[in-house]
Amino acid sequence: MDITTFTSKRFLVPGLIILILLVLLATLPLYAPAYTVILMASILMYIVLTVSWVIFSGPTGYISLASAAFFGVGIYTAAILGGELPLLIVVGIGGLASFCLALLVGALTLRLKGIYFAIFTFGLVMLLRYLVLWWEIKYTLTRGRFVIVVDNNTIYYVMLGIFVVLLITAYFIRRSKFGLALQSIGENEEAAAHTGINVTMVKVITFAISAFFMGTAGAIMATRWTYIDPYIAFNPLFSFMPVLMAIFGGMGQLYGPVIGAAIFSYLEEILLTEFPYYYMLIFGVIMVVAILYMPNGLVGLIQKWRKGDLGEKHANT
Amino acid sequence: MMVTILDVVIAGLLLGGIYALIAMGLSLQYGVARVLNISHGEFIMVGAFLTWMLYTVFGINPLLCLVIVGPVVFIIGFILHKTLFTRLRISSTSSGAFESRSLLATFGLLFIIQNIALIAWGAEIRGYAYLNISVNLGGALFGANRLVTLGFAIAIGLAFYIFLARTRMGKAIRAAAQDPATAGLMGVNINQVLALCFGFGASMAGIAGLLLSMCYPINAAMGLEYTIIAIIVVVLGGLGSIPGSFIGGFILGLVGSIVTYFEPGLALVSYYVIFMILLLVRPTGILGK
Repeated sequence: MDITTFTSKRFLVPGLIILILLVLLATLPLYAPAYTVILMASILMYIVLTVSWVIFSGPTGYISLASAAFFGVGIYTAAILGGELPLLIVVGIGGLASFCLALLVGALTLRLKGIYFAIFTFGLVMLLRYLVLWWEIKYTLTRGRFVIVVDNNTIYYVMLGIFVVLLITAYFIRRSKFGLALQSIGENEEAAAHTGINVTMVKVITFAISAFFMGTAGAIMATRWTYIDPYIAFNPLFSFMPVLMAIFGGMGQLYGPVIGAAIFSYLEEILLTEFPYYYMLIFGVIMVVAILYMPNGLVGLIQKWRKGDLGEKHANT
Repeated sequence: MMVTILDVVIAGLLLGGIYALIAMGLSLQYGVARVLNISHGEFIMVGAFLTWMLYTVFGINPLLCLVIVGPVVFIIGFILHKTLFTRLRISSTSSGAFESRSLLATFGLLFIIQNIALIAWGAEIRGYAYLNISVNLGGALFGANRLVTLGFAIAIGLAFYIFLARTRMGKAIRAAAQDPATAGLMGVNINQVLALCFGFGASMAGIAGLLLSMCYPINAAMGLEYTIIAIIVVVLGGLGSIPGSFIGGFILGLVGSIVTYFEPGLALVSYYVIFMILLLVRPTGILGK
């Protein structure tokens, strides 16, 4: 088979779809009402959190609940530096701060396995929350901070930029030797180490890359919220949501977490506005049902349905 | 000086008693049923609100409520395990997959239970006065309700330990904790034992909620804080070790009380610092193997 026609066919249709979607997203503020732009920015935020979570936890199988910590570090960076430096630099610093924190935490903890790693990373979120709270009350004498206001279109475009860079990064990590190394760590860490992979370095660097994007998302989202305090910034919800969204979407393909996060965060918005008193109940039921009946997420369902389709065709001929 | 030390120590033990009871429940659920129950605190909240309702509406003595709250929460936990977690366990490919899926499922449960409580009991902070008299212990004053709480926590902890160590059912539970597959081959009805353990764990949380409601104000969002404390204590004592959780609870209570004495704002921070250092140095906990 001619390899070039094979690849061009394989990439043409998805490439076109992605291009159309990107153009639609990039021109969104021109034709959509302001509310849609804000909603889209927060959906993109969840997608960024979820995809960056999947970069590390997807292939390695380490369940990290530290997302809220990295997100919160970004938020506090924006709160402290927001008025003093240009926006993009603040966002970059927010990402770098999370990156450094992740390097430190990663180097300390990545020898913890399974549930211990999950608990430790969750502890990190709570530690930062109460440490910052204590610091603020004792030394700055306030509980919260005001963040410099940025107009909604700017927030949207910065978030879109982060999203695009993240998708490209995630794609290349999956495709590279680095991604293969991660995959083999997830399947059997000891065997991976024996084949010459520097297991610790690969894990720590991937963990830090994923933290970088969470930090940038936090830094830009803080300008949208205008007021923050440790309870808002280090909310454990931001640790659990990416995990749930990734599982809901399915981690087998790159588009899985994207679709999962988009549907889930849109659903959250609808439920919050339509059923404020039953929002948590409905949300919880959807979560439990998704975990029970969709172990491989939406992607799994789609693949199953496709396979079933193919199977029938074969049976007929 | 002696009085302050006594003050701090007793306050720590009083706090530790509740922590121990909460953590034992979680330890049972994780150690045997392998469910790291993020909604553990919600069962505490349900226990607390049931007691509050029974006391303020029907005038039933909170301590007598034990015979109602304990079984009611037990049944909720038992049914949940029979329906939800048994299904998850059977459909999961590995025990690791089950652990992470059940952890996420309990996060969904947290939302469900909390929302039902909000609908049933509202979002207000509730409380009632019961046994609200001071007792003098070597110069330091303590509420009688808190001493009763400590007594009950210790009694329930010991009773459960004896149940595990001396009865046939206890033996089955310990066997299931060590190796569920082999225990099943030896004739232990695994699904039944795991559901019972989850129910017992929930029931302990409910009783802890009952005791908490006697001493502190309660509200529908109180659960997560206690879940986190329970997780810390369980790791401190060693995942799955019941005596470990019991001792760990008192240690954490003492630490909290000592730190509160010097710097109140850092009490929770100190919990996490101890917790994270312990995870790094000795992840199996104080009594873990």
